[in-house]
Amino acid sequence: MNKTLLILKHEFFHTLRRKAYIVITLIVPVLALLAIGIFQLVSVIIQPPEVEITTIGYVDEIGGYDGYTVQGRIELVPFAATEAATTALLQGEINEYFVIAPSYYETGVINRYTLEKQLETPSDIAAAIKRFLTSNMLTGKVPEATIALVEAPLNLVATRLTETGAPATEQGGWGNLLLPALFSFLLAFSIIFSASYMLSGLVAEKENRLIEVLLSSVSTRQLLTGKVLGLGATGLIQVAVWLVSLPLLFNLASSTIGGFFSAIQIPANFVALGLVYFILGYLFFVVVAAGIGAISTNTQEGQQLVSLMTMPVFIPFWFGSLLFIYPNNPIWVFLTIFPITAPVTTLLRLGVSDVPVWQVVVSLLVLALSIVGMLWVTIRVFKTYLMMYGQRPRIGEIIRSLRRG
Amino acid sequence: MTDKTSHNTPAVEVSHIVKSYADKAVVDDLSFVVNRGEIFGIIGPNGAGKTTTIRMMLDIIKPDSGEIAVLGERLREDSKDRLGYLPEERGLYRKLPVMDVITYLASLKGMDKRAAEVRADELLEQTGMMPHKGKKIEELSRGMSQIIQFIVTIIHDPELVILDEPLAGLDPVNADLLRGMFAGLRERGTTLILSTHQMNEVEELCDRVLMINRGRQVLYGSLDEIKARYRSNSVRVGCEGKLGEVPGVVAQRPHRGYVELMLDDKTTPRQVLEHLMGTGLTINRFEVATPPLNEIFLRVVGESRHE
Repeated sequence: MNKTLLILKHEFFHTLRRKAYIVITLIVPVLALLAIGIFQLVSVIIQPPEVEITTIGYVDEIGGYDGYTVQGRIELVPFAATEAATTALLQGEINEYFVIAPSYYETGVINRYTLEKQLETPSDIAAAIKRFLTSNMLTGKVPEATIALVEAPLNLVATRLTETGAPATEQGGWGNLLLPALFSFLLAFSIIFSASYMLSGLVAEKENRLIEVLLSSVSTRQLLTGKVLGLGATGLIQVAVWLVSLPLLFNLASSTIGGFFSAIQIPANFVALGLVYFILGYLFFVVVAAGIGAISTNTQEGQQLVSLMTMPVFIPFWFGSLLFIYPNNPIWVFLTIFPITAPVTTLLRLGVSDVPVWQVVVSLLVLALSIVGMLWVTIRVFKTYLMMYGQRPRIGEIIRSLRRG
Repeated sequence: MTDKTSHNTPAVEVSHIVKSYADKAVVDDLSFVVNRGEIFGIIGPNGAGKTTTIRMMLDIIKPDSGEIAVLGERLREDSKDRLGYLPEERGLYRKLPVMDVITYLASLKGMDKRAAEVRADELLEQTGMMPHKGKKIEELSRGMSQIIQFIVTIIHDPELVILDEPLAGLDPVNADLLRGMFAGLRERGTTLILSTHQMNEVEELCDRVLMINRGRQVLYGSLDEIKARYRSNSVRVGCEGKLGEVPGVVAQRPHRGYVELMLDDKTTPRQVLEHLMGTGLTINRFEVATPPLNEIFLRVVGESRHE
């Protein structure tokens, strides 16, 4: 059997048997199952509380404000005079009251009286009073349907058209974002775990000098390629377990949690692009971790250096809200093309808006070239610095030795 | 079995190799040849550059300049199958069972799994490690895992075996076991390179040696040749009765069971022997004194420090 394949096989099965790998692979579906279970349990144990009715008094000094006294959970009770309303408030019969003064039509002022110390009138109460006033003012002057429209004048239904003018199959919206967001989040985690496996495995082999035995049997290229592909295969299995469990969990969740999950859409090309970005992103970071492993003197130092490299993977998540507002800002274009942030950014952008084809092509090209370049650098760094135990070379030294070839 | 000594080319040919780290030369213009079928010793104090030289021979690291030919060619991926290497500090996959480790590392040397298992069983039996076959490496003692690592080094019947401090840390029983296995390998025509700072190991096992200090060659040649070169002009004599005055002898140093006679510049050991034969004394022992390698080592290293 080809030696690269032998190393791949060994790394693959060795990693599959690692406790940390098994725990992390299973933790996503198990936690999700647990969350759904807890939700179900809680919803059975805790019955939804009876809706508490807020009673608001009002004194109508103009007259005619006697309809629409139930506004959702707010009930409006008329009082003949402010004294009576104040007494009711002090006795706890009502939560607060307001007065529609004769000058209301000229000034628009409504005086509100409450025992609570508040920064401002709670929005639900203000909305209820507003609806009560508007509805009563329009009663008899316009049809009932018009009153309903004045209350809720906008029910915006957006339709995305294709270039031919026909409605697009992919309509966007939050349901469109969920899967890419979740997938890219899992991808980021998977990348970090794999980079960490690569590093700890390599540093351990370096520390106990097993790497010398391996390199006396195979070339650096064979060793690195076998390790990277072996770990890549375990990463694919990890993400496959997560992805296979997701639809099942969504089904389970939508039957228990509600309608939101039924709105989930998978953006066009997402599965194919997701897979390509996953593989390339994975290879890039694992190769980087191997290079860092070659120059690190111990696992702790290596982990710190790897963290510096993997932290930017999360940049698109940190500024996620900006992505929703300005999905086509040049910064996002840069992050789509920059190899460290490319996988997560592109997948997220696919969920938010369309990503121009040229950007995807350039991004994939840069990522692929970066992998080849990093592999080249890593093999050289490996040959030069692998056996320098106890002292890490400085960046300048590494660059000098790369120049020397 | 093929005769591994029959090839025309040397087992290893090193020409003017140089390796520097951070502008400090660790190996400085080193050249030597290891012949097929011999046991060759690379000796030197700690930090002399022995391990770096071995790593360059194995293509684990590249020399900055110079050429290395192993088994007649520049080491290639497939020619690595023809050599075995035991590094100075041992390490194996601690969480894996003994047999899995042996068969995996043997497979990287081009052996198929079944052949590796059969040969591993033979070697485990030979080394008395059979009862530990199913254990994980982490369950073995240091000496035991060292034996396993030696098995890994020779399981694929390599033409060239490179051993870095092979007996370090072994108890006398296991050390003796390995010495016996070295002899067995030599009988089969395997070339052995031993890197060590234990001079007694070298005297006992090696045909030729290379002594390096601060990355440079300080001694190189057959053990007998080197000892002859460094011998002092003295003889060791064991006899019954008193020696008395011997012409040409400037001093007598009594030791337990013999006397060392220090000769002047004009006197040869032969002349001393002839004189002694003439005295009628019963001579039990007469030998030209050669210094132990340890002494030569200290002298040479001392000299190179003062340079």
